[in-house]
This record gives sequence, C-alpha cells and structure tokens, in this order.
Amino acid sequence: MKKLVNWQSFSDGLWKENPVLTLMLGLCPLLAISSSVTDSLGMGVAFTFVLFGSNLIISAIRRWVPSQVRIPVFIVVIATFVTITDYTLAAFLPELKRNLGVFLPLIVVNCIVLGRAEAFAARNNVFNSLLDALGMGLGFTLVIVLMAIIREGLGNGTIGPLTLFGKNYKPFLIMILPPGAFLVLGFLIALKNNLAGRRNRC
Amino acid sequence: MLNQLNLGLIFLSAFLVNNILLIKFIALCSFFGLSNSLAASLGMGLAVMFVMVMSSSVSWAVYHYLLLPLHLEYLRTTAFILTIASLVQFEEIILRKKSPALYRALGIYLPLITTNCAILAAAFLGIDYQLNFLQNLVYSLGVSGGYCLAILLFAGLRERVDSAPVPPSFQGVPIAFITASLMSLAFLGFKGLFKL
Repeated sequence: MKKLVNWQSFSDGLWKENPVLTLMLGLCPLLAISSSVTDSLGMGVAFTFVLFGSNLIISAIRRWVPSQVRIPVFIVVIATFVTITDYTLAAFLPELKRNLGVFLPLIVVNCIVLGRAEAFAARNNVFNSLLDALGMGLGFTLVIVLMAIIREGLGNGTIGPLTLFGKNYKPFLIMILPPGAFLVLGFLIALKNNLAGRRNRC
Repeated sequence: MLNQLNLGLIFLSAFLVNNILLIKFIALCSFFGLSNSLAASLGMGLAVMFVMVMSSSVSWAVYHYLLLPLHLEYLRTTAFILTIASLVQFEEIILRKKSPALYRALGIYLPLITTNCAILAAAFLGIDYQLNFLQNLVYSLGVSGGYCLAILLFAGLRERVDSAPVPPSFQGVPIAFITASLMSLAFLGFKGLFKL
C-alpha cells in the first residue's frame, strides 16, 4: 500500500533523480541563462512556480481526464501557468523578463515539466505531487545557480552584486560565452558520476 | 535589428552566426539524445526542417491575422503550441497517405517534434524580431538548416569519440558536452562575419 505522504518524493528530486544531472532534461534554459547568477535565480523560481502549479492542477483533475487526450490537456494547463508567469514578470520585473527572453515561454515544452506531469502528477495525490514539484524545482534551481556561480565568477569576476577578485582580475571570458556553458556542465556531470561511482564501490 | 537585413543575411544569421543549437541553446534534448547515431540525426534533422518551415509560417499567420486583430496576444503561447501539435498530426496523416517512402523515413520522428522546442522557439523568435512573412520563411529555413548542420556534424564527431580512450568519469554524456563546447567555440568564430 502506498503511503499517503511520501517525503522521498521531495528528496529524490534534489540528488538521486536530479532532473538535470541524472535525467538530462531541461538543458536549454540551464545552459542559456546560467551566465548570470541573478537571472538564474529568477529562472529557477519561475520554473518551480510553473512546475508547482501544473502538478497541483494535473494531480487534482487526474481522475476526470480520459487517458487518450491527457497530453493536450496537460499542455494547456502548463501553458496557462507559463502565461501567468510571463505576464507577472512583465509587470513587476521587466528587466528579468527581458533577460530570460524566449526561454520563459519555452518552459511550455520543457521536458521536465511535461515529464513530471506524465510520470508523477498523473498517478499520485495532490500533496505528493506538490512535494515532487518542489523537489524537482529546487533540484533544477540548485544546479542552475551553481553553474551561474562558476560561470559568472570566473568569466566576469562577480557573483550578482559582489566583486570576487578585485580590480586587477582578468576575466576568463570564455566562461560566460556559449562554449563555457557546455564545458561547465560537462565537468559537473563528470563530478557527479565520480561521486556516485565512489559510493557504489565502497 | 534582424528585420532590416536582406534575406541572404537573415539566412546566414540564423544558419551560422546564431546557430540555434550551439549558440542559442535551444532544442538540446534532441541534440544530445539522438546524436549517437548518424542515421537518426539525419532523420530528425530533415523532419525538423520539414515541420519548422510550415509551422512557423502558419504560426505567423495565426498571430498576425487572428491574435492581433482580436487583441488576444496573451494567448500566444497556448495558441502556438496547439497550432504546432495539430499541424504535426495533420502532416503525419498526409504523409502516410501521399508519400509512404518519406513517411517511413521521417515517421517515428514526427510525434517527437511536438515537444522539440526549436519549432516553438522559431515561431516565437520570428514574432519577436518583427519579421514579415517572407523574412520569417527565410529565417525558419536558416534556423532549421542550422539545426541539421550542427546535429549531423556532432553525430559524426561522437562516432569518433566513442572509440577514443576517455577517463571513466567522463565516459558517455560528459565528454559529449565537452565536444559540444569545442564545436560551439568554432561556431563562435562566425560572429566576426557581420553584426547580429
């Protein structure tokens, strides 16, 4: 019998089933936005909000949606939350909205959101789906902010408003250019593989 | 702005300078998911070209003749994704009836395309750059051509990387990312061609 409240659905998203490092999903915003820490944080929050809202609605209506038309229904629910986020940001944080650009509406086709709707929210109760959304959203936010700290720190010598290495630092420019994104993510995944492999060997 | 350039430059800008995969970071799931086989990459690349040119033209028309006059711009996201999903379904049916050979080659990639973000992104970007219909057509040709080029080159490289000695932690995906990083660096060189 399934437990009604399953805290594991929260913690899985953070490390064991981290949507980015393990499942390789949602790479587009991760690589494109992570050249600035502030924007990454904004992207993480917007993304978690969409995931939270769509998991909430989808798990609540899952009994009334015929399985043949479930994908279009899911997409419309997700698109609604993306539009809400889009217009809220345009009203209150126009600069962030300009920096996120096309990646904000593209959350609609983000594989993580549709994947969690299909794999989790459509099969579990509302509370667990919300935990799952928070775990996955937080897992995504952690990775994107970590990448941004590495890229902005090395490529520009700053983390948000902080200056790291003083005035004489010569920025490692390639890090904030597109190739740096691939490079940093490649090394992060290699690091995770290494840590996971070491634990298995012990 | 992009809409002031001539058609040839719009094509080059979308094809090389702002390559959708390596510079703009769109549609990376299929880039890493399919590129371990040259045949699959070719199939996906052609399917993307086929669908993107049609879907961004139809989305352009939907936006300018339906959403703008009715002041429904806020429905853009929903309207585009529904347009694209139904168009892909429609094309699948037509292809199966009219051209079974092409259907056999592209068939399995067509359903995947609905969630390929390059298609939706090209539709959004055409609107954001305020292109007219002809410019939008050329732009989508350039974007999908650039997708094809990058995924084919990458698949070729990965076949070689598979037989190279790679440290255990880097095997599989991490080395693919580092390969992509070097390719992206090469494409960054096209930035010198012209501004934007």
